[in-house]
Amino acid sequence: MDIATLAFSALYQFGDAFAFLVLSACGLAVIFGMMGVINLAHGEFIMCGAYVTAATVHAGLPLPLGILAGTLVSALVGVVVELAVIRHLYDRPLDTIVATWGLSLIATQGTLIMVGSTMAGVGTPFGSFQVGAYSYSIYRIVLFGAALGVLAALYALFNWTRFGVLARATIQVPHMAAALGVDTRLIYSLPFACGAGLAGLAGGLYAPTMTLVPTMGATFIMEAFVTVVIGGADVFLGTAPAGGVLAVVKSAMTSWQGQLFGQIGLLVAVIIVVRVLPKGISGFVLRERT
Amino acid sequence: MNSFLSLFRRLEGPQTVGRGPAFWGAFAIVLLAALAYPLFSDGYTVGNTVYFFVWVFIALSLCLIWGYGGSLSFGQTAFFGIAGYGYGILTINFGSAYGFTLLALVLAVMIAALFAVLLGYFMFFGRIAGVFLGIVTLAVTLMLERFMAQTAGPEWHVGAARLNGFNGMSAMPPLTIPWPGEPIVLFADVGLYYLVLGLLVLVYLGLRILMNSSFGNVIVAIRENPERAEMLGYDVRKYQLITFVIGAALAGLSGVLYTVWGQYITPSSMGMTAAALPLIWVAVGGRSDLTSTVIGTLIVLAAFQALTIYGSQYALVFMGVLLVLTVLIAPNGLVLGVMNWLGRFASRFLQRAG
Repeated sequence: MDIATLAFSALYQFGDAFAFLVLSACGLAVIFGMMGVINLAHGEFIMCGAYVTAATVHAGLPLPLGILAGTLVSALVGVVVELAVIRHLYDRPLDTIVATWGLSLIATQGTLIMVGSTMAGVGTPFGSFQVGAYSYSIYRIVLFGAALGVLAALYALFNWTRFGVLARATIQVPHMAAALGVDTRLIYSLPFACGAGLAGLAGGLYAPTMTLVPTMGATFIMEAFVTVVIGGADVFLGTAPAGGVLAVVKSAMTSWQGQLFGQIGLLVAVIIVVRVLPKGISGFVLRERT
Repeated sequence: MNSFLSLFRRLEGPQTVGRGPAFWGAFAIVLLAALAYPLFSDGYTVGNTVYFFVWVFIALSLCLIWGYGGSLSFGQTAFFGIAGYGYGILTINFGSAYGFTLLALVLAVMIAALFAVLLGYFMFFGRIAGVFLGIVTLAVTLMLERFMAQTAGPEWHVGAARLNGFNGMSAMPPLTIPWPGEPIVLFADVGLYYLVLGLLVLVYLGLRILMNSSFGNVIVAIRENPERAEMLGYDVRKYQLITFVIGAALAGLSGVLYTVWGQYITPSSMGMTAAALPLIWVAVGGRSDLTSTVIGTLIVLAAFQALTIYGSQYALVFMGVLLVLTVLIAPNGLVLGVMNWLGRFASRFLQRAG
């Protein structure tokens, strides 16, 4: 194998790992960054998005519309969960984790009872292409593009829209924002729906690449947690660089020793990073700036 | 002698519910009933009760770390699994002669505690707290589960002990007490019952003493306000680490006893669902008190088993609903609420009578 194909292979694996980390984490990061709450039912929102996508594709819709449907349904479920449970627990972040874990149990087991132990999957679109001796899936490159797209869209949302400005003001000084007439309760409740929708999007995007089982959320959450812990509270200064760093660790370890060691590498990286940078990458960057 | 007596005085205090002759009278009655129970029951039911008791240790460990210490750890099942596997590996390799199983129990618990020292050092000395602590511990637990689940091949073994992947380890020897003549083998019925009951009473009373000692008061002070505790000159990180390690040892004890009880241990004992269950028992019982944790754990376990008979799928959904409702409606725990109400009722009754 010559250098060029080797470099392409490494780059491809990096892009794949980066897309997976960023897409699975950004929903969690938005909720954590805005509300200071960790949503342990995150994996189940991803599962919801994947299931709805698969169901709509089976019903005859094209895949992009199916993914859109998965995103919207997850966001709607997020709104309902926020109204029913999360809203009452704003001042108790630890209890929110516990409650969302309860929701996760209900969702996983409820899906198992209602839909059964597996659901028919969706075929991976676009086929593959050949570089050197190996063939690569085109869809993985689409996923990488989608990850970049999601980051860009979030950046635009928080920096260029009125909602983004109000949201950032509310995070910085909630009392002042409220005094200036911002409906802070609404500002707090929207991110949850937004995060749930992003989780649904991740589920929809990955639905064609994996088997659909009720516990599929668990495949995502470890990576999502790890990225958010390393990244810290800010989506752009945290999640994106954390995704980049971790993708290097993961793809290197995976190509060296296999999938499992890729994940173990992630975990070790996290434990070392929390010792060195307790507030994550974004905390480090922000401290440097001020 | 004097210091020994003062140890006993620590059995009651501000950090634990229950004091005075009424409480200890009730405690003695419950203990006597528990001691006499195997006489009126069959071996299978007694073995099943041992199974309940085994889980109380992990619940107490979570009560200590979460309820008293204020750091939510999802990693208790990791220590449970490590100690369980540790016991299996040790006893399969070295057998059960000369009371080695008892030594293996202690060693396995120590392995879990050592792992907690390592993990806890990085977490507490990195000063991560609150939600991040929960996430890191949960990630460690899930990672361990995934690691053990893929050890199916024959290349994964420690000495003579095959790890066996998702099916888990089995056929390790039960606890054996060396005895002149014939060693006493503690199978999962009356013998093991008395051992586990004895350990349970020891751990319960020991934790009561610990929590009402100055160490316990500092732990609670850190839960209430870490900055204040720090300003008063306590090294918060050290206290948190010690609590975490004690909790890990208790969870490990639970894991060893579970392995001894069923003579098997599987990776799913560290999975998402397994990690959620202790949380549910402790939350429903009332995490900030030892007694309510014990009672709550036993009640919820019994209810869960009763529901499982009608359909284990629905039992888990019910557990999830129970957890969400507890957090929303009775954040301090249902059993603790009832206990406090009973206490107030009793004291009012006594006042009127006296």
